[in-house]
Amino acid sequence: MNYLRHVLDHLRKDLRLEWRSRDSINGMLFFALLVVVVFGLAFDPTSYPTTTRQISGGILWVALLFASITALNQSWARELRNQVLEAQRMAPSPASALFLGKAIANMLFVLIVEAVLAPIFIVFFNLHALGNVWLLALILPLGTWALVVNGTFFAALGLRARNRELLLPLLLLPISLPALLAMVQATTGVLTADLDSIQIATWIKQLAGYDIIFTTICILLFETVLNAE
Amino acid sequence: MEQRNPTLRSVAWLWFGIAIAVLVVGFRQAIFLTPADAAQGDVGRIFYYHVPSAMWSLVFPYVNFIASLFYLYWRKRDPLKALTADAMAIAAAEVSVVYSSICLITGSIWGRAAWGIWWTWDERLTSELLLFLLYVSYLMLRRFSSTGQAQTLAAVISIFAAIDVPIVWMSIRWWRTQHPAPVFFGGPDAGLDKSMMPAFVWNIIGWGIWGIFILIFRFALERRRQLAEQEAALQAIEASLEIPQ
Repeated sequence: MNYLRHVLDHLRKDLRLEWRSRDSINGMLFFALLVVVVFGLAFDPTSYPTTTRQISGGILWVALLFASITALNQSWARELRNQVLEAQRMAPSPASALFLGKAIANMLFVLIVEAVLAPIFIVFFNLHALGNVWLLALILPLGTWALVVNGTFFAALGLRARNRELLLPLLLLPISLPALLAMVQATTGVLTADLDSIQIATWIKQLAGYDIIFTTICILLFETVLNAE
Repeated sequence: MEQRNPTLRSVAWLWFGIAIAVLVVGFRQAIFLTPADAAQGDVGRIFYYHVPSAMWSLVFPYVNFIASLFYLYWRKRDPLKALTADAMAIAAAEVSVVYSSICLITGSIWGRAAWGIWWTWDERLTSELLLFLLYVSYLMLRRFSSTGQAQTLAAVISIFAAIDVPIVWMSIRWWRTQHPAPVFFGGPDAGLDKSMMPAFVWNIIGWGIWGIFILIFRFALERRRQLAEQEAALQAIEASLEIPQ
């Protein structure tokens, strides 16, 4: 219970910080929108509805992945100002509570971006999903968590590195490729109705398994990373 | 500096000599003695190099993972031992990258000849590529991190990579496959003609001995670099302690 309270405290602090500046959400939103526009110009989605259905799952996730990478570094850079991070290291609360609070905050930001982006995406790409759209309500949060939990962890890991802006994608992309594969396949399966429901369920299960495994490892190893000196 | 141990040096030379000798025998077996593959002709001979490097590229990541675990265990308890484990981890990661690159390059040459394409997004090709990417990103992290923390962060990433590899393997297995079924332990139709066996065995052993040789060589190099760094740090501390006249 005590642990949960620490997590909530960290979460509340991150949400309040974001509410005052709104840098991350605005930045992510505009960035993701630009990626969608660039792909829209490149492929002409309205003329080829079938191709659009096949590729738009991938485009949506690529846009979200790149957008969240831009925000994840900022979320830790905030802690560096005025040596806040050093204070966090000395605080008696468990280190993983800090991590979980921040990961949940980042998750909420990306979910907000998704909620705004999804309708725009559907309009711009003239998308008519052929499968069960409600499954996306499961796939999107699971996929987002997979990206955000590892992303938050690696952003903390690269915090003191030289050119940390570059390091985060270099670490995050290879490790999350199985998750990306699962989420893109599941999303495309829902949009095109090419995969049967058992196959989609398998991808969703894989994604959930990936989430559970990597959340556990991140929580276990975060203290090592925070005190890596 | 650590004194160079003459016994170790002769053992290293002996090991190097054995590696070269076994590789020469393997080359002779693979190129001259084994008959050409019934289905593929001489193109099939690249397998005697492709399969050993693929097999060994799956072994060295384990060395990296285990060394990283030891590093994390010793980090606070015994920092000097931890440095040794770290030297082993970086050596194993570099050898993994070398072996998986050789596997990818030879495989792609064969693919061009047999399938007509250099690359296909098939199960085993993609898994091997991801293995390569994971260990390249491990080395990138080591290069980018600041000096004090590089070892710990690299050990953490090594654990992530080691856990990621089976997940990658499973998920891509689900996805698609075009690669020929594994030759060893690959089911009832797999297996080799007896005439090919010597070439395979010699090359697998030869590339294994060679891999261990470069692993230990890189390990010794890294140890020497660490010791030189410690020496320099010690001298800097001593110099700062001298009373200014």
